[in-house]
Amino acid sequence: MHISRTPIRAGLLALIAALALVAGACGDDNGGTAADAGADGDVTVGFIFVGPKDDFGYNQAAYEGSEAVAEAFPDIEVLQAENVPETAEAEAGMQNMIDQGADLIFATSFGHLEFAANMAEQNPDVVFVHQGGLKDDLELDNLGTFFGTVYEPVYTAGIAAGAASETGKVGYVYAFPIPQTLANINAFTLGAQSVNPEIETITVATGGWCDPAQQAQAAQSLIDEGVDVLTQHQDCTKTIVEAAEQAGIYSVGYHADASSLAPEGWLTGSEWDWADLYVDIVQTVIDGDFVGSAYNGDFRVGLQTGDNPFVQSTFGPAVSEETQALIDEARQSFIDGGSPFSGPVSDQGGVVVWAEGEQPTYDEVETMDFFVEGVVGSTN
Amino acid sequence: MIEQVLYGAVRGGTSLLFPVLGETIAERAGVINLGTEGSMLAGALTAYIVGVQTGSVWLGALAGAGAGASLALVHAFMVLTRGANQIATGLVVTFLGIGLTALFGQEWVGVGVNGFGAVAIPVLSQIPVVGRVLFDQDPLTYLSLLAAPAIWWLLFRSRAGLRLRAAGERPDVLLAHGGSPTLVRYVAVVAGGALAGLGGAQLSTAFTRDWSEGMTVGRGFVAVALVIFAAWNPLRAIGGAYLFSGAIALQLQLQARGWELSPYLLQAAPYLLVIAVLAVLSRRRAHQAPEALAKVF
Repeated sequence: MHISRTPIRAGLLALIAALALVAGACGDDNGGTAADAGADGDVTVGFIFVGPKDDFGYNQAAYEGSEAVAEAFPDIEVLQAENVPETAEAEAGMQNMIDQGADLIFATSFGHLEFAANMAEQNPDVVFVHQGGLKDDLELDNLGTFFGTVYEPVYTAGIAAGAASETGKVGYVYAFPIPQTLANINAFTLGAQSVNPEIETITVATGGWCDPAQQAQAAQSLIDEGVDVLTQHQDCTKTIVEAAEQAGIYSVGYHADASSLAPEGWLTGSEWDWADLYVDIVQTVIDGDFVGSAYNGDFRVGLQTGDNPFVQSTFGPAVSEETQALIDEARQSFIDGGSPFSGPVSDQGGVVVWAEGEQPTYDEVETMDFFVEGVVGSTN
Repeated sequence: MIEQVLYGAVRGGTSLLFPVLGETIAERAGVINLGTEGSMLAGALTAYIVGVQTGSVWLGALAGAGAGASLALVHAFMVLTRGANQIATGLVVTFLGIGLTALFGQEWVGVGVNGFGAVAIPVLSQIPVVGRVLFDQDPLTYLSLLAAPAIWWLLFRSRAGLRLRAAGERPDVLLAHGGSPTLVRYVAVVAGGALAGLGGAQLSTAFTRDWSEGMTVGRGFVAVALVIFAAWNPLRAIGGAYLFSGAIALQLQLQARGWELSPYLLQAAPYLLVIAVLAVLSRRRAHQAPEALAKVF
């Protein structure tokens, strides 16, 4: 999930992406044009990614989803563009795909939303779906957003962390205090507190989605503070898992299964599996059923409504059977309509946000702007 | 907490100290190399790949230095043989490094490396505070701490250093004495690139044990700024690198200790520090810069 990269990185990526787009445009001349795509009924689907397709994280998962689409529909053409920045450059990238005949475009990063919305207004014949955004009051027949309920497996990972921690302190390395990250940190903390109410989550921001040097320092500062579980909301995740393993403490992954990097300390993690959802969206568009469908709005899928594309990673040896039973129990409660944020939930100041019996809507979760009680850190 | 910040300053500062030393050598010979960031990335990836393939982190570090030197050679050829603008060429070399490492690094993301670990020096590492900060680090950190005084001696006490500085101050004088400013500058730029590559190698195989695209995130550019802070002096370079790295370590420690400060503000603090230091020092430093810096000879 991305709001922005550090300025230098964003600038560099913009330049590389521009070069890549030029190269892509030159290389795909035989890919068909908008005219012939419409004429013979060929379907072309485009995907733009903010990062590299092999970041062992968010972008890799989205890329693998696009590959699953190509596999499920051998007859359609799939266009992929990596390192598309969250700037007007994204519009150029999508225009390039439209010029190649794209009928449906997946804009897969948080910051692509406004550019996808602009393009949707200008190109009523092309369907745009955005991953992770909320389109608010934009009522267009060719635009929608979709996402999973990220915080569900993060909550259950928190259960594993709470059960494993002996010091009662767990560490969370993150990039920026954006709503999705705050929801993750809060869900993790509440999950851990469901096992041990005394759990404290100490947070450290690195100011970037992938800055391994800062990650290494951040991990060290948390270890110095006595945490015995480390987790993260970062795009590249390896440094922190390795740092935890070297320090002999537990780790919880994000975006990718890193259990092989931490054979001793790996607890569990959460990772994306977009294949089914992407394929279903493509099928809906091919069938001509997009307008008015769930995907033509702000589509959110969680355990309650279907298969959450954000799934639990494998468990490490330190997660006992009792803990796994607790996790299954929590999962079942979400399937039955519960939420990781089912009240009572209080903020850092002890003010009750959701009282007993209350729980937030998807919108409220995705605009979360506070830390729950037990989190150490600042949100602004 | 002081011990922890100092420890973090040294541990995280090595990947800056090497490129600052390298850039100092290049600029002392009269060449600004903004390709440092590219050389660091080339060094980081190459060291990682060779470290994984051969199982020897030392071979990896050596290869990383070679990769950094190779990119610097491109810069040297462009500005010294072809007379290209040093600033523009350096930036292009950095972009080249970013692009090439992104391309060749793809399959190495997520692959584990058996990197450099900390090696505690007997007895010395038992000294309170100083022991952990200076004598319980990875071998490349020790190497950087030995390299700084060695390079200082080379630059200011050896004949070769005199010629190198002449190339950066009065290339015509060096030429009149039968030397070749161009050759000296070639050697300086390539040696500087090798050191930047070594910094990248420390970043990927010792400090983070990770390869990911663009992982230096601007450290090469920070290194160029720190050269001015250090007044083109290899010994002061140690202070510059550790000051910046220490500022990062400090803000992360403050966060972990629950200081109610904006993470955005804390993140910006190390860069604000560099700008403040440059603002205070630059007028004085202008007289200390090599006279023929960035001038085509």
